[in-house]
Amino acid sequence: MQSPEPNTAGATNDTCKLPPKLFHARCWACWLVLGVVVLVIASFATLNLQWAKFGSWDAMARMGRFMRELMDPQWGLAFVVKVAWAALETLAMSAVGTLLAVVFGLALALPAARSHAQDPARWRGVARLLLNALRSTPELVWAALLLIAAGLGPFAGTLALALHTTGVLGRLFAETLENAPPSPAFALRVRGVSGWRVFLYATLPQVLPQVLSYSLYRWENNIRAAAVLGVVGAGGLGQMLAFYMGLFQMGETSTVLLAMLVLVALVDALSYAVRNALSR
Amino acid sequence: MTVNLSDPTPPEVSGTTRDPAWTARVFWMLGALVLLWPALVLSEFKPWVLLEPGALKPAMNFVAGFFPPRTDAEFLALLARETWRTVAMATAGLTLALLLAVPLALLSVRVLSVSAISGAMAPMPLALRQVVRWVLTLLRSVPELVWALVFVRVVGLGPTSGVLAIALTYGGMLGKVYADILESSDTHACTSLMRNGAGRLQAFFYALLPQTATELTSYTVYRWECAIRSSAVLGFVGAGGLGQLMDSSMKMFNGAEVASILMVFMALVWLADRISAVLREALA
Repeated sequence: MQSPEPNTAGATNDTCKLPPKLFHARCWACWLVLGVVVLVIASFATLNLQWAKFGSWDAMARMGRFMRELMDPQWGLAFVVKVAWAALETLAMSAVGTLLAVVFGLALALPAARSHAQDPARWRGVARLLLNALRSTPELVWAALLLIAAGLGPFAGTLALALHTTGVLGRLFAETLENAPPSPAFALRVRGVSGWRVFLYATLPQVLPQVLSYSLYRWENNIRAAAVLGVVGAGGLGQMLAFYMGLFQMGETSTVLLAMLVLVALVDALSYAVRNALSR
Repeated sequence: MTVNLSDPTPPEVSGTTRDPAWTARVFWMLGALVLLWPALVLSEFKPWVLLEPGALKPAMNFVAGFFPPRTDAEFLALLARETWRTVAMATAGLTLALLLAVPLALLSVRVLSVSAISGAMAPMPLALRQVVRWVLTLLRSVPELVWALVFVRVVGLGPTSGVLAIALTYGGMLGKVYADILESSDTHACTSLMRNGAGRLQAFFYALLPQTATELTSYTVYRWECAIRSSAVLGFVGAGGLGQLMDSSMKMFNGAEVASILMVFMALVWLADRISAVLREALA
């Protein structure tokens, strides 16, 4: 694709700076804007959105009642303790899921990376394809699929997080491994050290900081994902939310929503503080 | 590991050359396992339930149904319609998000404050900007899936709730990032214009926007890609599109349909990823 600036697309020398005519075949920006406009109009036209229903008096009244009920959270001690346990469960799901993903991601990143120029890397294509497939299926879809094998509950959610994150981390780890400085590994290999030892004593110590920082970043993302994963029945706060919302018990729903917001805000604040402390 | 460099023959690397950090490594591994134990219990981590015959058999039947995927014309037409609906939901949602994000971002940018060009900002504008920032944070800290759950209760099943959910969450994200991009640009031209009597919008259009247009567009394209991914997932709570189709096929244990939907889904995500990458490369 050429540069989208219309005034450079047709210029062959400095004196010819006139932009191409509007809707000239070379005016990429015009066509792009036209395409976007058509896409937006077609989207609104074909979706048959129910604005009338949404803006109607009835929907407004329902929305108002809904909001009023949400404003009145359930503060019973027994229920708050239950929500706190669900929040802990969410945290545990994200931690175990991320840890599994780090292990499997590293295991798949090794065949997916060409560690040195003479490396035949026979499994590179297969490993990359697998990582891409794992990565392009979202956690929620994995969770829905795994419910059949693992049953309702946090285990399905943990596995779903692990599978999707394996794809994401494996790709990042493979890139990190390929970009690691090659000399220490070369020095060991030249002396006849076996592949595993070269990885453990030369490559791993070099990539470890990067691996850790990617893993922590994904953990942060996974806490957020684990909070909503439950709406398909995969445990944690999300499952409670879907449960109480299904029963129209708005007081309980409101407490669970608040817990979710607090959890996400805490994670955000913590990661902001850690980032600040590390970059100083 | 120490290596004697004056030795002409390579040293024998065997189990006898001990790793000096061995005990420390084992100690920390055991410590991590002890810390991990409660997490494993809480997340009910029992891999062996996967292998119990009661769980294994239906799962195997389901996966066996994946081949061959369902490809008759009727189903493919349905699939095409739902795929378009997924893309349309993402596009419409992002358009509404833009309508929400641009005014809020402009309201929250400190650079466009008239009172701030001579010393400290006046208290009222400062308060307004802070409130707008809080609104943006609130909008984006509720995940779109939760917004969709709420709207499905109010407007009923269908794409309307999905579009609204994407509009609200992405409005918050876009507004915040737009404000950050505008704040971090070179503000010299902007303040000069405003000192010479230009209005806030004039200063924005002639000083801030030309510098940041490519960055803003490129971030918007990236978010469109994310919106496609999340609109496909929103169907699981009843907001239409591929997710809803997959949810209903999965509830009927129809492996052939699930396989087709999964393949289309992956192709869609891959295509959106490629389009967004090409566009962003062209913009850079």
